[in-house]
Amino acid sequence: MIPVTSKFKNNRLKDKIFRWYGFLCTLTGVILLFIFLYSILAEGLDRLNFQFFTSLPSRKPSDAGILVALIGTLWIMILTTIIVVPIGLASAIYLEEYGKKNKFAAFIEINISNLAGVPSIIYGLLALEIFVRIMGLGRSLLSGALTLSLLILPIVIVATREALKSVPNSIREASYALGATKWETMWNAVLPSAAGGIFTGIILAISRAIGETAPLVVIGAMLYITTIPTHPLDDFSVLPVQIYNWLSRPQKGFIENATAAIIVLLGITFLMNSVAIYLRNKWQSKVKW
Amino acid sequence: MQQEPIISVKNVDVFYGNHHVIKNVSLDIFPNEVVALIGPSGCGKSTFLRLLNRMNDFIESFRMNGQIYIENKNIYTRHVQVEKLRKNVGMVFQKPNPFPKSVYENVVYGLRIQGIKDKKYMDGIVESMLQRVGLWNEVKDKLHQSALALSGGQQQRLCIARTLAVEPSIVLMDEPTSSLDPISTATIEELIFELKQHYTIVIVTHNMQQARRVSNKTAFFYMGELIEYDDTINLFTNPKVDLTHKYITGKFG
Repeated sequence: MIPVTSKFKNNRLKDKIFRWYGFLCTLTGVILLFIFLYSILAEGLDRLNFQFFTSLPSRKPSDAGILVALIGTLWIMILTTIIVVPIGLASAIYLEEYGKKNKFAAFIEINISNLAGVPSIIYGLLALEIFVRIMGLGRSLLSGALTLSLLILPIVIVATREALKSVPNSIREASYALGATKWETMWNAVLPSAAGGIFTGIILAISRAIGETAPLVVIGAMLYITTIPTHPLDDFSVLPVQIYNWLSRPQKGFIENATAAIIVLLGITFLMNSVAIYLRNKWQSKVKW
Repeated sequence: MQQEPIISVKNVDVFYGNHHVIKNVSLDIFPNEVVALIGPSGCGKSTFLRLLNRMNDFIESFRMNGQIYIENKNIYTRHVQVEKLRKNVGMVFQKPNPFPKSVYENVVYGLRIQGIKDKKYMDGIVESMLQRVGLWNEVKDKLHQSALALSGGQQQRLCIARTLAVEPSIVLMDEPTSSLDPISTATIEELIFELKQHYTIVIVTHNMQQARRVSNKTAFFYMGELIEYDDTINLFTNPKVDLTHKYITGKFG
């Protein structure tokens, strides 16, 4: 009669061990993040002053600032959003709501997921050929935004499709039964219901885009530029490229600048992710199926 | 006095792929009648209901033979505007499915689709339709709050109001009370009783008491065939077919 009990005990023990093991694993990520944040903040926080935000790059670390890169990043955010949203939404809506569910659709679906996993530098090479050389857009903001749009398009499509999928069919039926066409159903019933998920997806994708360095270096974002871009065809730099540039300098002052710029970039990314989380929660509480 | 039928179904067969789900069904429904469709699960009664506003069109493998006339027009020809048909033949679903919008926006959804923008007109429709479904007093102070905050029974009445707002002449109901509690069910049944003054109603129900309470006529479906179609009182007290008798007395189902 004893064996049963001992097996139970054994299972309990396993349960306990796993619980602690899992807890420690979870902690690893969090601890590393805090160490990282601490070291960055300790080194760069002092450098974050008004001068740092409003100065152009300079040879002297203490005169240099992130103005050009910051404005470049804002430009890129806006242009990328303008390019990626209509294309991404339309593709997702077509695939999810209009396209027939056949083998071809399944093939496209797999490939979109594959595209989301292609290393970003490959997109840079593609963009260098197409946008910079063939289309003759040069090393401009527009080239950069197009490159990043290409990079995050699969993410936007996948997120939008997920959001559309989560809208129950009963909502579509309700709309059709009131005499709505497919288009009207999409615009008036399905998209508003899916908006939370779609916005969240777009924001997360954009926040990924503004952190990208490699593809922009490939297409020729400026490592050193002292003019603020005022036009989509202007030369540009962005925060991660600026950080990359400073980190490759020998002077200690530039390393300090780089950490300060990292704080700014992290700040922007965290802010965008918080907005995404806020939107998602807000929508979830509003839309209960 | 013999009226013209408002719905006339002639020799209809329906297939999903190779699956023969409705077998040579013909029946006539007259204006302001309430017709209940009963039968065991999978007997084709919901499919039949969805034929009447062409909601089966969305199913890819759907095929159909035969004719269905609504107000003397064959609704399965190329020239029919499906959207117009669905406006005239409204539908209430099994589970309340309000849009995640305000109560007000739910009622005027169909009007906005038609491009109506006149605020006064819409206000009037909202009030009169919510009155008609007996919801006005309960929601008049929360017209601009989310419809999803209402109870299940209220949501279903809202869905009925939304259907009525586009002025259909026929209302199809697909087990409208199957997800509601007994009190909400009773409210909806009373409502159906009142609505038949204005509309022709076809209701699918699993509940034979309900069929008995709300309908003038009942159609019993079994395995895709229309077994018996008669005045409700006759069908329940004196069924002509043995199968009907067995079903309504609970011998199978």
